[in-house]
Amino acid sequence: MARFGMVIDTTKCVACMDCVVACKTENEVPEGLCRDWIVQEVKGALPKLQMEIRSERCNHCDNPPCVDCCPTGASHVESLGKTVQVTGDLCIGCKACLASCPYDARYIHPEGYADKCTFCMHRVVEGLEPACVAVCPTHCMYFGDLDDPNSQVSRLIRSRKGHTLLPEAGTKPRIHFLT
Amino acid sequence: MHELTSTRANHLIDPSLHVWEWQIPVYLFLGGLVAGMMVISGYFLLTGRHKRTRCACFMLPSLSLILLSLGMFALFLDLEHKLYFWRLYTTFEILSPMSWGSWILLLVYPAILANLLLRLPAPLEVAFPRLQRVSDRLVEYPMFVKWVGGVNMVLGSLLGVYTGILISTLAARPLWNSALLGPIFLLSGMSAAAAFVHMIAREVEERELLAKADNGFLMAELIFIALFVGGLATSTQVHQQAAGLLLGGPYTAVFWVFVVGLGIVFPLVIQLLAVNHKIQHTPVAPILVMLGGLLLRFVIVSAGQVSHWIGN
Repeated sequence: MARFGMVIDTTKCVACMDCVVACKTENEVPEGLCRDWIVQEVKGALPKLQMEIRSERCNHCDNPPCVDCCPTGASHVESLGKTVQVTGDLCIGCKACLASCPYDARYIHPEGYADKCTFCMHRVVEGLEPACVAVCPTHCMYFGDLDDPNSQVSRLIRSRKGHTLLPEAGTKPRIHFLT
Repeated sequence: MHELTSTRANHLIDPSLHVWEWQIPVYLFLGGLVAGMMVISGYFLLTGRHKRTRCACFMLPSLSLILLSLGMFALFLDLEHKLYFWRLYTTFEILSPMSWGSWILLLVYPAILANLLLRLPAPLEVAFPRLQRVSDRLVEYPMFVKWVGGVNMVLGSLLGVYTGILISTLAARPLWNSALLGPIFLLSGMSAAAAFVHMIAREVEERELLAKADNGFLMAELIFIALFVGGLATSTQVHQQAAGLLLGGPYTAVFWVFVVGLGIVFPLVIQLLAVNHKIQHTPVAPILVMLGGLLLRFVIVSAGQVSHWIGN
């Protein structure tokens, strides 16, 4: 059984926002909201400044607090790819999942249910890449099975230096950022 | 420097989480208040105080039903997908405190109704004489009365603790991430309930008893609040930052002056003087206790949403 994850090469990302636009278009994300976004992190002191550009989204954590706190089972781990998904018709809009996510990756859809990145599973089942990965002009995003040692994402994680976001939060995020 | 710039500007999320407004603190307060009233009225039933005709315990079930329903309505107002609320009762999610809470609430209503049945309010007595006959039969069974009292105490305690656990399990918000919130909210609910019953009690001796009990709850609450803040302040960096919201940060004045000072310490002093017969019992202390309890929920819910993990 696959365990889908993503690897993003921050040294190639130029913050062009194509991934954001592709996601909004593909998933018809309502105006004013986004499932993925760009973060620029600057550290250090002049003249030694270090900048990391990241395309961020739901981390589809291995230990997802949003799934644990959901009172109706609307937030669940999908068997295909072990991704975290939301069933809108089960969601009561209590917002506990929004409060439980240390990445603030969720929002409330104008129709009232919690919404977030799905890793474009509707495309993945068709053999396509998630929209954000497919459109990236610098090819800095990779999608695949983290449990397959021969997948491109597994090889990149093994061969390159990188990190996940807030590993100390204990959620075991599945998006790896290469540095 | 360490600077983060994000293109995200999602409603309710950015610049800082603000998903829960007045409805949730009101729901948590009323839930805690009713929890305390269930424990108190259950205690009165267990100890035989209900045999006194003027016992305040007879007023508590009907008031509990009204207040709990108001709290549930506030919760309903907060839901974004309101017409789907019934989905709560199509499953039981063992890891979700909210799922536990919704099922506990489903048990709480019949427990309060059973309590109500032991002594029907006057309008119901007139309107439903058959129900009155059932009520008269039921009180003849002391074991049934004790059983209702015990169940009300247990469910009341669960409800009170649940109001704190509900948010304390949301570890992404460091201020909430303390197991002490459960007992703090339970004690605050007990204290607010004791204050409320103190105000409506008709017997002086009952008022004395409730004031003494309230003093105990307030003292215990003070200790737990000190442990809660101390625990956060001596924990990891994110928890220290969360504690900073109450220790020098934007919530400092409202928390220490209004919640702790005017909501706990000042009424505690007044009630200590009253139970030692230095001054008379007045509604001042109970009102302050209840306002303090309500404000405690507002501060914790609001400050908790502001607290976050470093780098996010």
